[in-house]
Amino acid sequence: MLLIRCPYCGERSEIEFANGGEAHIARPADPMSQTDEEWAQYLYMRDNPKGLIAERWRHAHGCNRFFNALRDTRTDRFVMTYEMGRPRPEIDAATLAEAAR
Amino acid sequence: MSQAFRVPGRGRVDSARTVTFTFDGRRFQGQAGDTLASALLANGHHLMGRSFKYHRARGVVSAGSDEPNALVAVGSGPALQTPNLRATQVEVYEGLTAVSQNRFPCLQFDLGAVNTLAAPLLPAGFYYKTFMWPRSFWDRVYEPVIRRAAGLGVAPTAPDPDHYAFQYAHCDVLVAGAGPAGLAAALAAGRSGAQVILADETAEVGGSLLSDRTSRIDGRPAALWVADILAELAALPNVRVLTRCTAFNYGPHNMVALNQRLTEHLADPAPDMPRERLWQVRAKEVVLAAGALERPLVFEGNDRPGVMLASAAQTYLNRYGVACGKRAVIVTADDSAYRVALDLHAAGVTVAAIADLRPAPDSALMRAAQGAGLTVLPGTTIQRAHGSTRVHSVELARLLPDGSVGKGQHWRADLVLMSGGYTPSVHLFSQSRGKLAFDERLGVYIPGESAERERSAGACRGVYALADVLADGAAAGVAAAGAAGFAADAPSWAVDAADAPGRGGYAGALPRRGKGLLAMAFVDFQNDVTAKDVKLAVREGFRSIEHIKRYTTTGMATDQGKMSNVNALGIAADALGRPVEKVGLTTFRPPFTPVTFGAFASHARGDLFDPDRRTPIDPWARAQGAVFEDVSLWRRARYFPRGSEDMEAAVRRECLAVRGGVGIFDASTLGKIEVVGPDAATFMNRMYVNAWTKLGVGKCRYGLMCRENGFVYDDGVVGRIAQDRFHVTTTTGGAPGVLAMMEDYLQTEWPDLDVWLTSTTEEWAVIALQGPSARAVLAPLVDGLDISAEALPHMSLVEGTIGGVPMRLFRVSFTGELGFEINVPARQGRAVWEAIWDAGQAAGITPYGTETMHVLRAEKGYIIVGQETDGTATPDDAGCGWAVSKVKADFVGKRSLVLPAMQAPDRRQLVGLLTEAPWEVLEEGAQLVARPDEAIPMHVLGHVTSSYFSATLGRSIALAMVSGGRARVGETLHVPMEGRTIAVTVTKPVFYDVEGARLNV
Repeated sequence: MLLIRCPYCGERSEIEFANGGEAHIARPADPMSQTDEEWAQYLYMRDNPKGLIAERWRHAHGCNRFFNALRDTRTDRFVMTYEMGRPRPEIDAATLAEAAR
Repeated sequence: MSQAFRVPGRGRVDSARTVTFTFDGRRFQGQAGDTLASALLANGHHLMGRSFKYHRARGVVSAGSDEPNALVAVGSGPALQTPNLRATQVEVYEGLTAVSQNRFPCLQFDLGAVNTLAAPLLPAGFYYKTFMWPRSFWDRVYEPVIRRAAGLGVAPTAPDPDHYAFQYAHCDVLVAGAGPAGLAAALAAGRSGAQVILADETAEVGGSLLSDRTSRIDGRPAALWVADILAELAALPNVRVLTRCTAFNYGPHNMVALNQRLTEHLADPAPDMPRERLWQVRAKEVVLAAGALERPLVFEGNDRPGVMLASAAQTYLNRYGVACGKRAVIVTADDSAYRVALDLHAAGVTVAAIADLRPAPDSALMRAAQGAGLTVLPGTTIQRAHGSTRVHSVELARLLPDGSVGKGQHWRADLVLMSGGYTPSVHLFSQSRGKLAFDERLGVYIPGESAERERSAGACRGVYALADVLADGAAAGVAAAGAAGFAADAPSWAVDAADAPGRGGYAGALPRRGKGLLAMAFVDFQNDVTAKDVKLAVREGFRSIEHIKRYTTTGMATDQGKMSNVNALGIAADALGRPVEKVGLTTFRPPFTPVTFGAFASHARGDLFDPDRRTPIDPWARAQGAVFEDVSLWRRARYFPRGSEDMEAAVRRECLAVRGGVGIFDASTLGKIEVVGPDAATFMNRMYVNAWTKLGVGKCRYGLMCRENGFVYDDGVVGRIAQDRFHVTTTTGGAPGVLAMMEDYLQTEWPDLDVWLTSTTEEWAVIALQGPSARAVLAPLVDGLDISAEALPHMSLVEGTIGGVPMRLFRVSFTGELGFEINVPARQGRAVWEAIWDAGQAAGITPYGTETMHVLRAEKGYIIVGQETDGTATPDDAGCGWAVSKVKADFVGKRSLVLPAMQAPDRRQLVGLLTEAPWEVLEEGAQLVARPDEAIPMHVLGHVTSSYFSATLGRSIALAMVSGGRARVGETLHVPMEGRTIAVTVTKPVFYDVEGARLNV
């Protein structure tokens, strides 16, 4: 069971959380101005990286806050979690390698 | 002949306490402290099971959890018998009942053993090859036969009467295994003040030291040193020692699962004791001290009872005081077997010969054996072991310089000990995703790079010499405590008189003379996989060890290849002509040893399986004899039968009562969300398809919510309590999802909106009062509030009190009748309900349940999300296009609704259906087609979503989703059923009071 650091509550077990899919996908400000293709891209197209993913988590059985996390999909190692609204942090190569290990 | 093989003065069992137990109905005696295996061996009884595939007679091979053969069922009765327990781990107590498995009619004579004669016909992949054709035979012939033959033990048939406990725990250092390395590690970490959990799968800590009569630590016999360390650990308040507790799974982020067996070894456990406890331990640091397992040798007849591991015979002798035979032949590739020979010799067991596979073994131990007068045969292999239910002789043969095997010589023996060297137990390390590394010197895999915060110590990483093991354990304990933030000093001990461990070992099948076409040399005892099977798999083209494993099933039994993996790897590498380290090892899977379902289920059984959600009215409905149904986690009253009424009769009566007078319904399970804040209306506008800005305070509106993909997600009436406050209701099952979706948008897309969301589902009891007499019943109760049609028209709300209890009164209807939904604080729900109930007696007030609610709403064509819709219906499909705002610039789902596919004319749309025969009630889920005589596969136009008999209309009605349905009104469609087809007429989905006159009164 993963150990996940909620930015508001600290480290808690995975069963307290709900995964919310890929992070940093902003809803278009004016959806009606989107072409069908652009809208489909927003709605359905998601990355499935082998490696680092930025994803949303909700502390469903805790503070109920959404936050973002950087996790390596190969190892389930969390590089960091951070508050909603912050841009995706840059991660140095050494940290990436550690996450992949 | 009771315990004829017990060696007086040897072993740690309690010689003063004799216990009586039965095995296969026969009474045996053992001593307290025995395992079932040691007690049976003390009585000279080796035969303990039959093998899986060939039903060969099998004796015990090991003395620990790696035992593949001696699987027994313990206990009796349909609920209490536990199958597939290892006799080497079952502790005997007075009255223990155990039976052998996989035999018919009895263990001594098993009819299934004819499979051995058919062995040439049962090669690897037999099932895949044989049962391919004819196809029709699979269901009727092959599968039933295979199913009857498959499996070892028999599962209990009655519910388990025991209870099981569960515990989460956190610690600084978890030590798995309490042999010399684990004890040293636990002590080092424990002295530093770190919170330590030390777990061992056996009944007593000490591991190999309990079988060691030679070594001295700080001048003390090894077993006494163990007692000293245990005493110090027990005195440390920060150390918890768990015995009979197996670390069986190493999960991500250092969560290790332990299974602790609490009562199984007790004759008379306290009735409130849990049988087992499952621990989920989140450890900051882990020390793996799992030890090493001796490998068997692969030769013909290596599975005969009486053939066992050398280390096992040593353990039975030194730990349990049992000689496993009278005349032993030892075959070894490792020095450690010489110590076993010396121990047996000293205990009076004749050691006829020691065959050493190595051409020129030379060690102090070997010379000691020779000095004791034992016959050592270097460069000698074992060609075959003879016997059926017990070995009686072996054929030993010289290994010639060219690699061939010379002429054999027979040796009488009732005990054959094999030692193929040691395999480090890397199971937990492998489960933790650590990378294994091949050790050239030892010829085995040992832990390489760690993935988790753990380190291995002692024999499980190939460190065998006792002095090194203790130092390694202590260092690991210091390192783990240090990493967890505790400064520790490594304790040190002086080890003397210990054996110099061998560096020998053998992996693969022993060489043999002749082709041995009928020879059966077992690699995996539990799955009956022979050396030939592995070679055949390679010949048939399997190259990957993972494929060879699956094809032959080697290493796939419940022992997860503890004994077999390295030998299978050796044989495969040989057949493939590749070095062992290039072939690789298969993945070790959890659990390390089997865990009972009871332990996993733990407390989550029966009433504790799921939360049981009940409304404040629930006790009243139960007292009235209501029949309940589950709606998500809620228990809802489905109908209220009177006398001998069945559901159909009760529902007809309840429906007519509501339409003709007044009914009362518990709607408390409705999801409720309070949406509050200056931007509440803006938020509602974005979340729902409806427009909210102009909804006045005190007014209600039917709200429909889509997901971003444009499909209906939820619905419910929304009331505006104040300019900045909405009382939102959702479906019973959808409430958590709706709140999560609202929170998602609010927190992640529109954090600028000043809105607060609060789940109020369980704060309000909701009493629906429905029917033409509803107002007359309610009006006298609401403390002077004007609820007339003028003051409180349909779809409006008012706050007030009812009998002094604060109330939000909604004038809404899910029945099509004049209706009120009375929201009061949950704790007053029952009292208010009963007040209304009493007041309604004169009007013939009738309680109704969810079934009647469904019929009444279907008569009116009101949809139920999840029944009419299925996640692919748009608001317009569901007949709710009128609810969608045309003027709002945006709402969740709006952009998707204008996609071309969402507006196609042939989308499935909500319609009504009427059968020709009024009594004919269609089946929900039935398909609709255009022509009754259409060829199969028919072109399906839609399906029935709701179908009831309407007492009000005196006929059946149905709702359906039909392709282009609204344009088909008046058409006849057909419902193909088993053996007949029912014609239906498509109608509009509202069957009763189409103009809504009954609502606006």
